[in-house]
Amino acid sequence: MKVLVAVKRVVDYNVKVRVKSDGSDVDIVNVKMSMNPFDEIAVEEAVRLKEKGTINEIVAVSLGSKAAQDTLRQALALGADRAIHIESEESPESLTVAKALKHVVSEEKPDLVILGKQAIDDDCNQVGQMLAALLDWPQGTFISALDLVGDKVKVAREIDGGLEEIELTLPAIITTDLRLNTPRYATLPNIMKAKQKPLSQISLDSIGIDSKRHLKVVKVSEPPLRQGGKKVSDISEIVEQIRRVI
Amino acid sequence: MRVLIIAEQDGQSVKVATLHTITAGLAISTDLDVVICGHNIDSLASNIAQTKGVKKVIQIDGLALSHQIAEAYEKAILTIASEYTHILAPATTFGKNLLPRIAAKLDVMQISDVIKVASPTVFERPIYAGNVLMTVESQDKQQVMTVRPTAFDKADMGGSANIEKRAFTDKITTSSFIKLEESKSERPELASARIVVSGGRGVGSKENFHIIDELADSLGAAVGASRAAVDAGYVPNDYQVGQTGKVVAPELYIAVGISGAIQHLAGMKESKTIIAINKDPDAPIFQIADYGFVGDLFEVVPQLTQSFKK
Repeated sequence: MKVLVAVKRVVDYNVKVRVKSDGSDVDIVNVKMSMNPFDEIAVEEAVRLKEKGTINEIVAVSLGSKAAQDTLRQALALGADRAIHIESEESPESLTVAKALKHVVSEEKPDLVILGKQAIDDDCNQVGQMLAALLDWPQGTFISALDLVGDKVKVAREIDGGLEEIELTLPAIITTDLRLNTPRYATLPNIMKAKQKPLSQISLDSIGIDSKRHLKVVKVSEPPLRQGGKKVSDISEIVEQIRRVI
Repeated sequence: MRVLIIAEQDGQSVKVATLHTITAGLAISTDLDVVICGHNIDSLASNIAQTKGVKKVIQIDGLALSHQIAEAYEKAILTIASEYTHILAPATTFGKNLLPRIAAKLDVMQISDVIKVASPTVFERPIYAGNVLMTVESQDKQQVMTVRPTAFDKADMGGSANIEKRAFTDKITTSSFIKLEESKSERPELASARIVVSGGRGVGSKENFHIIDELADSLGAAVGASRAAVDAGYVPNDYQVGQTGKVVAPELYIAVGISGAIQHLAGMKESKTIIAINKDPDAPIFQIADYGFVGDLFEVVPQLTQSFKK
C-alpha cells in the first residue's frame, strides 16, 4: 500500500508574527520557518505504518515557493521515500492546494492520504475535506487513532462532544489531530540520507491548475490589545471579582 | 441574496452554536433559511423554526443522516445549495468537517471562522492563532463560511417559520459510524458557559484535577483545560481551549496553573474578565489577565471553593 502525505512550510509555532505597517500582509521576512506541526504528526503516522509493514511507500508532497523543498527534505529525513514539489506562489489558497493534490493523487494512486487538520498560519482547516470532496473519497478528520485493516481504516475522531469512531473504505483521506502521536526527531545520518532521496518538481501551471485567488485580502491588522492586568496579593480581591459575575 | 444556515444537532437538541450562526446570517440578509439534516428530527426542526428571523426550515430526513457522516450531509445539502448566495455553518467540529466539502463541490473558497460581517462579501477572520486579523473580500459567486459562535449573539426565539420536509434516500457505503464516546457532564457546555474554570499543567495530575472541578461546581461553571493538561491525560480532549481546541468567550475565565502559551490565549482572550492563578510571577498569562494572583493553586483554589460553597 502507498501513502501520500501533504506537508506545509509555515512560520514556526513559537514565533509571534507582526503585521506590516501598511496593513497589506504579515511580515515573515527573516522569521523562523518550520514544518506545520500537524503535518509532522501526519508524516510520523505514515512512518509508523511503514514500520509495522502495513504500507510500503510514503510519498511526501508540498506546494509553495522553492523553499518548500526544505520542508520536503525534512519529511524525507523523517522517513518518507520520495517527495514531490509543486511550485507555486508562497501560500496558495486551500482550494488550489486541494486541486493540485487531486492531480497528484490521480498520478500516484495512493490508498491513503494523510494531512494535518489545519495549518497554524492560515488556520483554515479545509484542505483535507476539500480534497476528499474533489475525489469523492470518504474522510476521517481530526483523528487521534487509526487502525488499518484490509481495505478499511477505522479512525477515532476528536469531536466537540467526545470521541467518535468511524470506519472508512480505502482509498480515504485522513487529517491528524495533535494526540495521534508524538513525532520523532530526524537524526543526522537520516538528514544526510534524505539528500539522496528523489525529489521531483512540477509547477501548478504545468498541471493546468488555475491559481487565481478567490479571496482578496483587503487588510490585515493586529487585534485590539487587552488592557494589561493587575496583580493582587489578597485572595479576597479575587473572591470579590468572581462575586461580581455570579 | 439568500442565506442558508446549516443547523447542528446531536439527536437530542439543536446545538446553540446554530443560533449564533443565524445572527451572523441575519447580518448578511434577512432572506434566511435553515436546513436541518438527520433522521426522525421533527421535534428538532420545529424547535429551530421558532427562531426569530428564519423564513423557512428545510428538514432533510434520511437514514444515512442518522449520524454526522460528512459524505451524506454533503450530498443532502448540495441538493439545495445552488438556490443560495451564502451558506453558513458554525465553526464547530461539525461545521469544520462538513463545510469545506460543500465549498469544494461548489468550486468556491471557504472562509473559516468568521468573526465579523463587514458587507455581504467582506468578512473578518483571525489567522496565526488569533494574533492577526484578516479582512477578505470574496470574489466567488457564492459565499461559503464557518462562523465563530462566540463572536455573534444568540438569535432570539419568537419566530414561526414554515417547515418543508424532504426525504434523502441515498446510501453511503464508504463511511460508517461505529460509536460515539460522549463526555458526559452535568456542567454547562464549555463553548457557551458564562463562567469557565480551566486547569493547566500546574495542576500536576489527573487526581488533583478534582480541585478544578470543585471550584467550577461551586460557581456553576464549565471546566476547560490547556493542551498540556489534555496531553498529560488529566482530562479528555474535548476540554481543550485554544487555537486547536475550543474557542470560548465567557464573562469570566479563571485560568489555574496555566502559563498562557500563544496557542492557549487564542482560545480565551476574548473573555470579558480573566483571572489567573499561577505561582510563576513571570507567566505570560499575567500579561492579559485582568486580575492575577501569584500563589500556590493548591492553597488558593480550595479557599475560593470554600468561599462560594453553599
